Amino acid sequence: MKTITMNLKKSLLFAGGLLLAGQSLQAAGADDPIRTMLLMDKFEILDNDDNSREWEGSFYVGYDLDKLYIYSQGAATSDGLERSQNDLVYSRAIAPFWDIQAGIAYDKNSDASKTWGEIAIAGLAPYFFETRAALLLNGDGNVGLRLEGEYEALITQKLILTPSIEADFYTKDDPVMQIGSGLSAMEAGLRLRYEFVREFAPYIGVTWEKTFGNTRDFNPVDETSLLAGIRFWF
Amino acid sequence: MQRRTFIKGVAASSFMGIAATDLQAESPKRSSDKRRTLTGKEFFLDIDYTPVNITGKRSVATTINGQIPGPTLVWQEGDTVTIHVTNHLKKSSSIHWHGIILPYQMDGVPGISYKGIAPGETFTYRFKVRQHGTYWYHSHSGYQEQTGMYGAIVIKPRKREPFRYDKDYVVLLSDWSDEKPTSIYRKLKLSSDYYNFNRRTVGDFFSEVKKKGFGKAFDDRKMWNQMRMSDRDLSDVTGYTYTYLMNGQNPATQFKALFKKGEKIRLRFINGAAMSFFDVRIPGLKMTVVAADGNHIKPVRVDEFRIGVAETYDVIVEPTSNRAYAIFAQSIERSGYALGSLTPSASKLASAPKMDKPQALTMADMGMGMSKMGKDKGMKMPMKKSMKKYRWSAMEAEKYPITKLPIATGPQSTMKAMAPKYRLEDPGVGLRNNGRRVLTYADMKNRYSTRRAKKPDREIVLHLTGNMERYMWSINGIKYADAKPLVFHYGERLRITFINDTMMNHPMHLHGMWSDLETGDDNHLVRKHTIVVQPGAKISYRVTVDAKGGWAYHCHLLYHMAGMFRKVEVV
Ligand SMILES: [Cu+2]
Repeated sequence: MKTITMNLKKSLLFAGGLLLAGQSLQAAGADDPIRTMLLMDKFEILDNDDNSREWEGSFYVGYDLDKLYIYSQGAATSDGLERSQNDLVYSRAIAPFWDIQAGIAYDKNSDASKTWGEIAIAGLAPYFFETRAALLLNGDGNVGLRLEGEYEALITQKLILTPSIEADFYTKDDPVMQIGSGLSAMEAGLRLRYEFVREFAPYIGVTWEKTFGNTRDFNPVDETSLLAGIRFWF
Repeated sequence: MQRRTFIKGVAASSFMGIAATDLQAESPKRSSDKRRTLTGKEFFLDIDYTPVNITGKRSVATTINGQIPGPTLVWQEGDTVTIHVTNHLKKSSSIHWHGIILPYQMDGVPGISYKGIAPGETFTYRFKVRQHGTYWYHSHSGYQEQTGMYGAIVIKPRKREPFRYDKDYVVLLSDWSDEKPTSIYRKLKLSSDYYNFNRRTVGDFFSEVKKKGFGKAFDDRKMWNQMRMSDRDLSDVTGYTYTYLMNGQNPATQFKALFKKGEKIRLRFINGAAMSFFDVRIPGLKMTVVAADGNHIKPVRVDEFRIGVAETYDVIVEPTSNRAYAIFAQSIERSGYALGSLTPSASKLASAPKMDKPQALTMADMGMGMSKMGKDKGMKMPMKKSMKKYRWSAMEAEKYPITKLPIATGPQSTMKAMAPKYRLEDPGVGLRNNGRRVLTYADMKNRYSTRRAKKPDREIVLHLTGNMERYMWSINGIKYADAKPLVFHYGERLRITFINDTMMNHPMHLHGMWSDLETGDDNHLVRKHTIVVQPGAKISYRVTVDAKGGWAYHCHLLYHMAGMFRKVEVV
């Protein structure tokens, strides 16, 4: 939890700095003023053995077509950080619904870390699927592919059900990072949130996580957990 | 606090000698004349911040003479009017005379007509009034219009008008938000459906499944889903943040127009909203529309009309019983309304009728043409008739040489209307088959013959483009910042065709020159200053290029304007 707080503090500080910079540049009536957005999409406690806390969020600063993005997701228990995946990418719109992104990714677990070069495609697929596919390359020759997809189904105007799915693949084993070649891990979730206002929505949900192949040998996971959390942005 | 009034010097207005001399002669005094209506040849307007309480919360408005709306200016056709506008704000301001034919230096668009009015300065407008009817004025700087800077203009005619009335009221509709406009705009950029609380739900889908079966229901959604568009996307900003006003009054305090039974009342409707289209009716009364955008049209008796942002319509009503009638203007997405009372006594107020349910957009609104539309049972539009009647328009397109303009594809534009149609007889989404007689552009005919008007020399085609997902707006896929000015040639007659490649109504406004709308009858082209282009539709009008200089040409929705804008250079 401490690490999360620290991480959050750091990113808030960064966000705050850019926010101020952004507003001073913002002229009234400007077509494309610089703007920032911090979205904490998931910020939750799981009802599993170690009551892990998980987060997934993004921050951007930029314009209609060009943005600088920070993505961060991970989990922590009372013993500290379990794992996190972080990305810093420059994002450029290439089509009405699609951005191409390039930058670096930084993975961390309790006792090791790994940095990747990253190229990704993010955007809204037909049928309103919010998607992101990232290709990761590391100096040691390992190649990773991380896929994410999410859908928002409106039960009412404020009650929103969000199924999501994530899958990670790698070409090589990396025991220190607890990843194995092939399909390494999958996570599927279903979250039901209530938007008191657009910017603030508590939710409950269920998530299923599983590791596969060699990853299973390093880090066997197969669990379904109930969860509660809040989603917010500003 | 003592404010000093600075008089604009000769150097600062070197491009307009008249104003400078006049200023010295007149020495404008700080007037802050709080009368609702100002009449005469010389006017003093003060732009300032004013604390207001419109929704129950304290807020600050940008006002003219301390009031919302600004004073109604009554001019006489043929007069030369002089208007001293003093800017007491801390930032640059401006006033544009919407729909008024005048020299471009008097048009009041910063960066095109002049530099704007700097803080503390007075700018003097002076021009001859060459028209009559109902118009309005507003700020053309930043988002000042949204925060209160607008007012009505009534120009009395030199000759008697071809209709009678006993009383005359301005009905100025607008939208107010306690939120800062920059905050509204930012929210739209972060999440374009932020203000839409009529989005499609899972329940909507299941009720369709129940009605038509899963396969059919899924099929009907397919196109929308593939295009990642919502058929519920009727308005960007809604009653979630807006309070709709009639002459500055909210629906609780109500604007009151008094009548005596048997009188003919002229109501001059002006849509001075930043973002809201209104559907206007007076339940229990027929309205006879006698003028559009200040110009007489052949009278049309209707139950209801849609008024796009910046349009004006004059109607005459004749209340038959001694009761209060509701002047009811519901916003296009039905999230709220402006309300006033047409009443025999100020103590008798009308109550609002029930708002209509919002309708969804159709395939036609996506510019998908007829065959696809036919499949959608929810929609019966008078399309066949309209097709027949406007087939000539399609042919017309080939009659004039088309000047090719740059066009770009890319992230700016999410959609292309594949088969855009002239839909002048289509009252538009929300008004189709509502059982009431609704005014359409096809109903409007100029009161005076336009038979002798010159035929167009050439045509230009402009696509209205946008990306709702990113909240970006442009013309021909190119936003204003990246666009070259449009060049019109002095003396030519131009045919302009708009194709709307988006799912929103855009009220397009050309400054300085009239837009003669083609409604299917060349003898009666309708003279307007603002033309609403329906989603997925096509519309044509003619412009006699009779005013030299630089002019603004743009969508009048405030949060579309920055991108959906062109400078016009008449050379
Ligand atoms: Cu527009």
